[in-house]
Amino acid sequence: MSHASISMRQDKAAKQSLGRDPRMMVLRLRTLIALFILVVIFAFTAPAFLTTGNIIILVKQVALNAILGIGMTFVILTGGIDLSVGSIVGLAGMIAGGLITEGLILPMFGVSIFFNIPLVIAFTLIVGMVVGLLNGLIITKLNVTPFIATLGMLYMARSAALLRSNGATFPNLVGSDLLGNTGFPAIGAGTLMGLPWAIWIMVVFIFIASFVAARTPFGRQVYAVGGNERAAELSGVRVNRVKILAYMISGFCAAVVGLIITSQLVAAHPATGNSYELNAIAVVVLGGASLSGGRGSILGTIIGAFVIGVLNNGMVLIGLSEFVQTGITGFVIVAAVVLDQSQQRLQRQLALQQATAQVLDTQQGKEVA
Amino acid sequence: MSAQAPISPDEILLQAKQVTKVYPGTVALKNVDFNIYRGKVNVLIGENGAGKTTLMKILAGVEQASSGQLLMDGKEIHVSSPRDANRHGIGIIYQELNLYPNLSVSENIFMSHELTRFGTIREKDQYAIARDLMRRLEQDIDPNTIVGDLRIGQQQIIEIAKALAQNVRILIMDEPTSALSNIEVEVLFRIIRELKTQDVAIVYISHKLDELLQIGDYFTVLRDGALVAETHAGAINLNWIVEKMVGRRADSLFKHSEHKIEQEILQVNDLTLPRVGGGYVVDHVSFSLRAGEVVGIYGLMGAGRTELLESLMGLNSEARGAIILNGRNIAGLDIKSRIALGLSLVPEDRQLRGLIQKLSVSHNITLASLSRYLRMLALSSRLERASVRYEIDELRIKVANPDDLISSLSGGNQQKVVVGKSLLTNPKVLMLDEPTRGIDVAAKGEIFEIINQLALNGLGVLFVSSELKEVMAMADRVLVMWKGCITAELQKHEISQEAIAAASVGTQTSPETNTTQEAIR
Ligand SMILES: Nc1ncnc2c1ncn2[C@@H]1O[C@H](COP(=O)(O)OP(=O)(O)OP(=O)(O)O)[C@@H](O)[C@H]1O
Ligand SMILES: [Mg+2]
Repeated sequence: MSHASISMRQDKAAKQSLGRDPRMMVLRLRTLIALFILVVIFAFTAPAFLTTGNIIILVKQVALNAILGIGMTFVILTGGIDLSVGSIVGLAGMIAGGLITEGLILPMFGVSIFFNIPLVIAFTLIVGMVVGLLNGLIITKLNVTPFIATLGMLYMARSAALLRSNGATFPNLVGSDLLGNTGFPAIGAGTLMGLPWAIWIMVVFIFIASFVAARTPFGRQVYAVGGNERAAELSGVRVNRVKILAYMISGFCAAVVGLIITSQLVAAHPATGNSYELNAIAVVVLGGASLSGGRGSILGTIIGAFVIGVLNNGMVLIGLSEFVQTGITGFVIVAAVVLDQSQQRLQRQLALQQATAQVLDTQQGKEVA
Repeated sequence: MSAQAPISPDEILLQAKQVTKVYPGTVALKNVDFNIYRGKVNVLIGENGAGKTTLMKILAGVEQASSGQLLMDGKEIHVSSPRDANRHGIGIIYQELNLYPNLSVSENIFMSHELTRFGTIREKDQYAIARDLMRRLEQDIDPNTIVGDLRIGQQQIIEIAKALAQNVRILIMDEPTSALSNIEVEVLFRIIRELKTQDVAIVYISHKLDELLQIGDYFTVLRDGALVAETHAGAINLNWIVEKMVGRRADSLFKHSEHKIEQEILQVNDLTLPRVGGGYVVDHVSFSLRAGEVVGIYGLMGAGRTELLESLMGLNSEARGAIILNGRNIAGLDIKSRIALGLSLVPEDRQLRGLIQKLSVSHNITLASLSRYLRMLALSSRLERASVRYEIDELRIKVANPDDLISSLSGGNQQKVVVGKSLLTNPKVLMLDEPTRGIDVAAKGEIFEIINQLALNGLGVLFVSSELKEVMAMADRVLVMWKGCITAELQKHEISQEAIAAASVGTQTSPETNTTQEAIR
């Protein structure tokens, strides 16, 4: 039995030194390092990059992708995908814009009711969640694969946004004192301690979402469903409910983004948010999530959002043509996933090498002694 | 203790010398020597996590040894991929099923060495060969059947067929019979004997010890990754195996204690589960279970035992009938509610139903009892860790670190994790479907000890097993199933090998069982 305790001690030593190995650190923090390198490159090539003004603009941009990405992370963790978020962004804007400009029209009474801004926001968010709920119901109850279900919803929600105004824009959403619905532009323009609200909203979302994903039963169940649905089911996880909730969260996040953009523009345009779903998926994947579900994290997604944000912002500043920019963004996404794959392999190999070296070392030591 | 002289005149076909395999956190093999004799059945034994599968994976080119060498016919060979192993004529039946559930039986059998002509697959020939293999294995399975539609035991047979379809010199079988019942095991043994006459060397791993004594020619024992003994069949008996394996004597295992059987806790009335093509998989089953009672359900492969337990748990929405748990009809409730009311199932197929491979050991153990660790809104990692520790100690799960992925555990230890998960839900009625599948003797003893203890604490235990001995040793009462029906109900004093075996093939021995049958019809 004595050799068992020796090997235990070896194991512990191996594990400790493993954490400290610089090569392992590099691998684990690769996305952060990539982000840092990008920042350094742009700091040198574009003088305007590190100015306070630019950084705020940059983070404000990042916030949109980050919030969408947070919702998408939950969906992707369950092993699904949500292609409808871009359309929900557009629909949410049109719902809010319509409520402010025209109110809720009740044709049978020939009146329309105007709400104050908090109610407008609440109503819009509910619409976002209802679309998510529909996604979830179609996927779970009608057994449609997530890709198809949300692809259909991409078209349907966009159509609803266009129908709301017959394709027109709701301009100048300042509201009127008379109707008691002023103040909408504050979401986009307002600041707190010098930072735009969008950034604060993102920060709050990061905290809540990280907590939910890592510390609550729901979060654990999301990972479980993505990892092995049938085993999760037998463990008493209400698989359908977890999936539906994930799509509702995604719809909610998309509606928030829709509100922020509409407010920033002080106008609602039905084409807003076109192809945003692709950005959202990109940041989640950049953050190390697996599209087959069960692996990924909120923090990873946030870092992914920053990588895309810094890249886009920096490339504009150094004056790269838009055509080149798109290509580079695409390249980075593929490269990140390739790196992620090789990182996992490398990490395993490194761990093995180290453990082996340790054991063989101690064996030799014993022989010498 | 290592490097022994050859112990017989038989010819060594493959020799592993001083093989060491290190995993992060574990030394799975320490300077192990292993000889494989031509035309013999080379048995490898050891507790869960002893390193058996690891050694086999090295021979099969799936894993690389950290140090050591392999000699084939006395010459050193390098097996760095499954393809290499194939070239050297080494075939393997893996412990965990490795099939494509979406493909047909014959497609699975010929996966990656398809029979082709001008680049197209010769479907007809593949079908014919697959059909012959099924006949040879005495299975009534059409090669066009989709593998996912087969029961787990049948899937294991497909794994065997897959290995037989290739011409191998060495065939490794890592727990090939864990999901098979006696009849299929007999068939497999017949085939093994055939292969021996063709000079194929077999490596055989199993935790069913009497099987080993029946079929084995050479025995190698591993303990904690190290070689403990190598000998030939003439020199040993069951006690020797157990003693070498666990380091203590066997007779302390499998003891039945008197349970205090109390009030009825579960009553099942007229439970049916329709079969897709008509008829019933579970055919109007009625029985009851009392608190403190251990009821064993015996039957052959396909008797409907798994489906019965799954229907009780709520996994089959087409199931009809009354399930009364503690006076409350739970038919129609979802799984979560049934768990909350005190029902829990340890499933037969741990890969499919039991475990989440992408999660850690500890997250797997606590998955079914998350609400227990809820403080305010968050899961308390302190409470979770305590529960995980408790189960790891209680079930003696061999794990380097509870935060490691579940897939880094040996097969038997994974099984223990599934059991631990069920226990943490505080069940009133615990159902176990082949709970000892892939578990070593000592751990079997532990699991049964736990079942005993749970019964003493007033739980009702319902367990399915294909091992007569287990059922006879453990159960206060035995239900025998055949073709979806309960064909016999035997009280403790009526339990006998003959009675159980007869009922399991639908023949009746006693007038009592006769009436049971008539009542059902
Ligand atoms: N990929 C891996 N990473 C880390 N440890 C591993 C890995 N695979 C196996 N191990 C460890 O190596 C040891 C030997 O495992 P192995 O699967 O060979 O056991 P076994 O003898 O086949 O047991 P069982 O009877 O339960 O199947 C175990 O402690 C296991 O946890
Ligand atoms: Mg094994």
